[in-house]
Amino acid sequence: MERIPVLRMGSLLLITIQVDMHDKLALQLQDDVTQRISEWGSTGVLIDISSLEIVDSFIGRMLANIAAMSGVLGAATVVVGMQPAVAITLVELGMSLPGVRTALSVEAGMELLFGSVAGLPSGPGDERTEA
Amino acid sequence: MSNLAEIVSKNEARLLPDWIQGMSTAVQRADLMSKTELDEQCRALLNRIVAGVKSSDPTNVDSPGWSTTREFLRDLAITRARQGFSPVDVATFVLSLKQPLFASIREAQTKDQSQMFETLWSATELLDRLALITTEAYMAAKEELITRQQQELLELSTPVVKLWDGILALPIIGTLDSARTQVVMENLLESVVATNSKYAIIDITGVPTVDTLVAQHLLKTITAARLMGAECIISGVRPQIAQTIVHLGINLEDVITKAKLSDAFALALQRSGRTVTRVASAPVSPISGLFTRREE
Amino acid sequence: MSAQKREELPLKTSNDVVIARQRVRQLAVELRFSLVDQTKLVTAASELARNALDHGKGGTMTIEVLTQGIRSGIRLVFEDQGPGIADVEQALKDGFTTGSGMGLGLGGSKRLVNDFSIESHVGKGTRITVARWR
Repeated sequence: MERIPVLRMGSLLLITIQVDMHDKLALQLQDDVTQRISEWGSTGVLIDISSLEIVDSFIGRMLANIAAMSGVLGAATVVVGMQPAVAITLVELGMSLPGVRTALSVEAGMELLFGSVAGLPSGPGDERTEA
Repeated sequence: MSNLAEIVSKNEARLLPDWIQGMSTAVQRADLMSKTELDEQCRALLNRIVAGVKSSDPTNVDSPGWSTTREFLRDLAITRARQGFSPVDVATFVLSLKQPLFASIREAQTKDQSQMFETLWSATELLDRLALITTEAYMAAKEELITRQQQELLELSTPVVKLWDGILALPIIGTLDSARTQVVMENLLESVVATNSKYAIIDITGVPTVDTLVAQHLLKTITAARLMGAECIISGVRPQIAQTIVHLGINLEDVITKAKLSDAFALALQRSGRTVTRVASAPVSPISGLFTRREE
Repeated sequence: MSAQKREELPLKTSNDVVIARQRVRQLAVELRFSLVDQTKLVTAASELARNALDHGKGGTMTIEVLTQGIRSGIRLVFEDQGPGIADVEQALKDGFTTGSGMGLGLGGSKRLVNDFSIESHVGKGTRITVARWR
């Protein structure tokens, strides 16, 4: 079945959500992220929601869950690119997404996670060549 | 009434010129519309009225047989609203058709007074309804125009200023009502994304009063900005506002507030890892013999 | 005020929820709602559609277009024959702020729309009507 791809960049997991997710897809993503963190020993998770036009309470809970679960597994999570209309609606809904760090862009998100984009630490078994 | 239909058909050719001629200069509004355009409109309207009167339900302007007429009148109203016609102009335009029409009716039925009365009555009712439809559409168009202009005014009155890379300022002048605060909020958040600014300073020096509703809206704005990954600082809090906020029991624990915009700016600079340093004074070229030249 | 029914959509699978909110989005765009108003309505639709599915054991969403003078609006009716809500008052207050737990999202949805009404009987079902005006 279709899945949201989880990409690896060193010890960072990069997830770009571009589709209108139905509930099963969201739950699958939660699963995949936790699996990958365990497998690859990732220490950072970056979720790009700049294409998401709707974040309802279910999706909001999914994001909060991913942050919480990743935290337990030793990884920090940052959600980036939230659209203004989405932010306004979430506030009205009363969702504050506790435990979820946010940033305006992918770069800002990476800075938050690792201090700087260049300083991206590589994880074990990484295929990237060292600079 | 088939009588009306008959009379209109027989006199079609005469009605148009009589109508146009009979229109006073006040109704014509040559300043807003050319003679040719006016002739065209009259012709087009009359054609449709003739069609309507000949339809299966001639006296009911809401029936399908009159739909093209209704549409035409609505479009006419919208165009004229934009062109600057007054509501009186628009209604009179339609009503002025009564004169030539009544003349034709009188001519045709002068021998039968009671029937003439009935036909006149149908005719006047018809034109009244058409005039009302036109006026209603005109009002709606004007309202929409005004609403749009109000919106534009709202947006213009709250500019967003870029103080530095990643630091925005929103100086708000004047009272903040519900509608305006919404616009301010949306403006702010859009700008934050567009300029990739992590810090937004909302300066309320120019806001005379802050009530619970306004405070709530500001708080929502700040929460929304935070959700997106940006931080808001409120500056320009005057003593009276500070008092009001405490009296109203508004909770500003999570919000950074500063009395002066400059303090807020300094804070934003600091938080984004920047400092302002004074560079050793550059040599000043003498503009007169009063100053001595410095060694470089 | 006049109401014109547009369509009735089933809410039987989680994909139906996605379809439902996309239809609402399409209509809101067609009626030229502002982006924020669109987002609020579509999000409310998503919440309520999901409720009908998860708590109401499946149901329907009916979309109507409303006109009142120059104003236009969208009305959505969510109906299910599920277990119903015993304490509506409580449901409207129910937890969602923590982002976890069973929160039915009703209170939140109410804040996203202009008109909100709910009828629910235990054992019979629930009917929630919401409307948002342009």
